Amino acid sequence: MSKLFSEENRAAFSKPLNLDNPVVIQVLGICSALAVTSQLEPAIVMGLSVTVITAFSNVIISLLRKTIPNRIRIIVQLVVVAALVTIVSEFLKAYVYDVSVQLSVYVGLIITNCILMGRLEAFAMQNSPWPSLLDGIGNGLGYAWVLIVVGFVRELFGFGTLLGFQIIPQSWYVENGGWYMNNGMMVMPAMSLVIVGCVIWAHRSLNKEEK
Amino acid sequence: MATKKFKCELCGYIHEGDKAPASCPKCAAPADAFTEIVEAGAEAPAKKKGLDTSSNTYTIIYASVMVILVAFLLAFVSSVLKPTQDANVENDTKGQILTSLNIDIKADGYNVAQEFEKNVKDMLWNGSELVPFEGKFLSSYASAIQEGELHVFVAEVEGETKYILPVTGRGLWGSLWGYVALNADKKTVFGTYFYHSSETAGLGARLGERWFQEQFNGKPLFEGENTGAIALKVVKAGSAVADTEVNGITGATLTGNGVDAMVREGLAAYLSFINN
Repeated sequence: MSKLFSEENRAAFSKPLNLDNPVVIQVLGICSALAVTSQLEPAIVMGLSVTVITAFSNVIISLLRKTIPNRIRIIVQLVVVAALVTIVSEFLKAYVYDVSVQLSVYVGLIITNCILMGRLEAFAMQNSPWPSLLDGIGNGLGYAWVLIVVGFVRELFGFGTLLGFQIIPQSWYVENGGWYMNNGMMVMPAMSLVIVGCVIWAHRSLNKEEK
Repeated sequence: MATKKFKCELCGYIHEGDKAPASCPKCAAPADAFTEIVEAGAEAPAKKKGLDTSSNTYTIIYASVMVILVAFLLAFVSSVLKPTQDANVENDTKGQILTSLNIDIKADGYNVAQEFEKNVKDMLWNGSELVPFEGKFLSSYASAIQEGELHVFVAEVEGETKYILPVTGRGLWGSLWGYVALNADKKTVFGTYFYHSSETAGLGARLGERWFQEQFNGKPLFEGENTGAIALKVVKAGSAVADTEVNGITGATLTGNGVDAMVREGLAAYLSFINN
């Protein structure tokens, strides 16, 4: 047991959450941070889907790592990820149709997510399955929290809601005689990059000493 | 075969040969201070002969086997799950049609397949009258509409006849489709349902939400007595003024234009039915 949770393994899991965060530090996966964060719910769904897929594809590549020919390793990784995502989405379509309809947009975004390929190439190709699993979960969650922060800010200020529930009282709005107006800028995709930039800024100044 | 390498743990001296030297020539450490350096490149051929993972043959065989395996796996999964998926899609389409009648199909105990069977008739408009559609229930109406096969679903809601017309179009990223339910007079909208294949989540994708669709309820199709052209349209969010205008979605103007074109062109195809 102690070996399973050795210091290195714990680091594989916890570093991507903070000091080695895939979005904030490595600036990977920015494209999907832009696409799905205008509301909180898709941000959460995307974060969790990426976590699951990164974990599983890390384990599979880690198991295969000694047999993969070096020259075509990227193609092998891509095939594993694409096959995995396709099979999962086929099963969702057959058994939980509602979820699959909601996820349909994300399937393509998951396959092309740079964090996945980055972790497969940088970690799973060199490490055994168990640390790879932890690394995958860690990176997925590290990605998820940034998405959730961005989604939270954008939905709250762009729509006045969170997870679809009205947070800013209707009576505050200009249309109803109040003083508040939704920030239309927040709804625009470009705003997510500005928010990610602010998160990076805050994160770097908080962790200055440790570098 | 390359010679083995041994490294002195004390001073880092590297000795090449079949076994570690009796003592380190640099710091005089004994033989057991040496450890063998196993190099990634040297290990594979030494351990497993004939499995040189960087050779062309291996690479080609690996790629072919992988592709064939994955192809079979995907084909197998897909063919096993196909019937269940088709049933889901058919049920989902029926649910969408019922939703356009402002029915809450998510309500407890509501059975979509049964209610559809009971309340909705699949008919075809042949240019002068409605005839029952005999074929298999379609889950997508894009090609049917293109071929001039005009489906009309006739439903009874609280004793009144409603006509549901399928419409299809293109949004910003992919296809859009929907069902527009008309009242018995065929001049006003009773309800709508729209969905999309790949509009932007949180923006264009909101056309699938009920608040957007319900804006159409009760809207007239035509402006005044001019029944030659569909006047119902989607305008930029917040700028709807006239009776026939519906607000679009904030931040998704192009998707809104897609819905607009879909509804107008889709209903225009049915003009002969609407004016009958």
